[in-house]
Amino acid sequence: MRTVNQRGWFFVLPVLILVAFNALMPIMTVVNYSVQETFGNNVFFWQGLDWFEQILRSDRFQAALGRQFLFTAIILAIEVPLGIVIALSMPRKGIWVPVCLVLMALPMLIPWNVVGQMWNIFTLPKVGMLGYFMNDVLGVNYDMTQDPLAAWITVVVMDVWHWTSLVVLLAYAGLVSIPDAYYHAAKIDGASSWSVFRYIQLPKMKTVLTIAILLRFIDSFNIYTEPFTLTGGGPGNSTTLLSIDLVKIALGQFDLGPAAAMSLIYFAITLMVSWLFYTLMTKDDAG
Amino acid sequence: MARITLSKLRHSYYPDPKGPDDYALKEIDVTWRNGGAYALLGPSGCGKSTLLNIISGLLTPSEGRVLFDDNDVTDLPPDRRNIAQVFQFPVIYDTMTVRQNLAFPLKNRGVDEARIAERVAEIAEMLEVVPMLDTKAANLSPDNKQKISMGRGLVRDDVNVVMFDEPLTVIDPHLKWKLRSKLKELHQRVRATMIYVTHDQTEALTFADEVVVMQEGEVVQIGTPVELFERPQHTFVGHFIGSPGMNILPCEAAGDRARFQGHEIALEGPVTGSGGTTVLGIRPEYVGIGDTGIPAQVTKVSDVGRHYVIDAQVGDMTLKAVSEEAVPEKGASVHLAFRPEQTRVYRDGWIATEARR
Repeated sequence: MRTVNQRGWFFVLPVLILVAFNALMPIMTVVNYSVQETFGNNVFFWQGLDWFEQILRSDRFQAALGRQFLFTAIILAIEVPLGIVIALSMPRKGIWVPVCLVLMALPMLIPWNVVGQMWNIFTLPKVGMLGYFMNDVLGVNYDMTQDPLAAWITVVVMDVWHWTSLVVLLAYAGLVSIPDAYYHAAKIDGASSWSVFRYIQLPKMKTVLTIAILLRFIDSFNIYTEPFTLTGGGPGNSTTLLSIDLVKIALGQFDLGPAAAMSLIYFAITLMVSWLFYTLMTKDDAG
Repeated sequence: MARITLSKLRHSYYPDPKGPDDYALKEIDVTWRNGGAYALLGPSGCGKSTLLNIISGLLTPSEGRVLFDDNDVTDLPPDRRNIAQVFQFPVIYDTMTVRQNLAFPLKNRGVDEARIAERVAEIAEMLEVVPMLDTKAANLSPDNKQKISMGRGLVRDDVNVVMFDEPLTVIDPHLKWKLRSKLKELHQRVRATMIYVTHDQTEALTFADEVVVMQEGEVVQIGTPVELFERPQHTFVGHFIGSPGMNILPCEAAGDRARFQGHEIALEGPVTGSGGTTVLGIRPEYVGIGDTGIPAQVTKVSDVGRHYVIDAQVGDMTLKAVSEEAVPEKGASVHLAFRPEQTRVYRDGWIATEARR
């Protein structure tokens, strides 16, 4: 029989207090704002679910949400397969292992706003190396400050550059945990390299890939700093993702009620999609 | 199924081996007949896995040839050698069912569906895994997983050799015995050439018709279990096989006599060669305790179930004797008699007496 030791709660308490101050209380404030209207001076008027309805019906929100899903879908579709391919081609032993690992980790060590600034300067026509090269050497019209497509490509490429490493490192961790005997057995069984990937490598990477996909989903769905410093959401609204739009409403227009409602909807979507991902990816494990 | 010939095989993991110490596998020259059961026995790091990998084709030897029947397979990759291997840790394809696991090697070789179904049914019945054919292989217990990985080897009816690399390591003790007898039974049924690598003498001696004992990359003796027990060619075989192992006692030897702690001891025959260091080797089973012989002091008596193991002190040496009858008390003075035909001299490790016919 296990004895229940209530003193365990004391260990959890500090975290609980911390979370209460930096997460629970702010979120309750947001909930408070989301159902009321205020004109300052701490005077509030009950508004019910009006803000929620207004946000959900607004074309602006729907457009931003659509852009957000498109962005996340594109970067997941690129980063996950690319990350797996890179992890598969990395050496499993030898002196190149640490070199590869450090190279892979480098982009992730750069602060997000710096990444945005870097890519901004890098891609500006006339100023940046890439911008100059594309426009003046290759003669391709590439200007992410003017052309929505160029802006999108730049934002996506930047995210791929910044975050594919995360998928690579996690997939690699899964790969190196496979004992050599599996590869030997597959060889003896006459398995093709596709079979080795499909029946050995992929199943062994599944857990870490689930984590990688979840992390990449949440991070890309909530992305703010990099596209904000790169394009500021432009040209026009073309790269205004949900978080950028939210900050515009909250701090630009100071519409705190709608902004609060929007952030709660945003939070709910993130939570739901994460749950959906997780459930789908782990459903065979029980069987 | 095939006869396996290892001809002047040597292997070094260094690109440019200088001396014998650079070889993980020193020269081995042996032929194993078709359908035999063989064991490679030795402690960890003795080169037995290297040898196994050379036979399976995972490793190309630095020197020498590997022949299956009369075909030279030295340079062939594992999938073209038609071999099967069972590893220390069960290798199964987690996402497949047991049935798919067993069918996998045949599927990869393009065997038609009807034949696959037939073979899988046959092997599943042989391994007694029919009820679990449609469960996911990931959910099996280690011993069943090991059976499945064995099954993947046996399912092909054209395998030249089935190799076992310490297959019982992760199996629970009470199932080890069961699986071991299953192996023996399978060998009798399929009559494939089987090679079993282990550091466990019981596994090797019960499984194999012929055992290859290895130490530090060197084959020290090849023989039947009885030969290894009765007449070890090397002190290593003597003390590695047997429980307890052979008594190895420093001595001087000349003619057909040896001197040990001032006592004259009769040997199985005349001593050969000269120089080096000589030791006397006798198994505890052949040391008799009685009224005549070398005087000794009993220092320890252990009851190991079937018999007693007695530690006795002669001069400054301790040796062991095995007795099945009533035994002396600790501290008692006894006399030890060495059975001459089982008493041998080893020079620098290798046997140095000739047996009288």
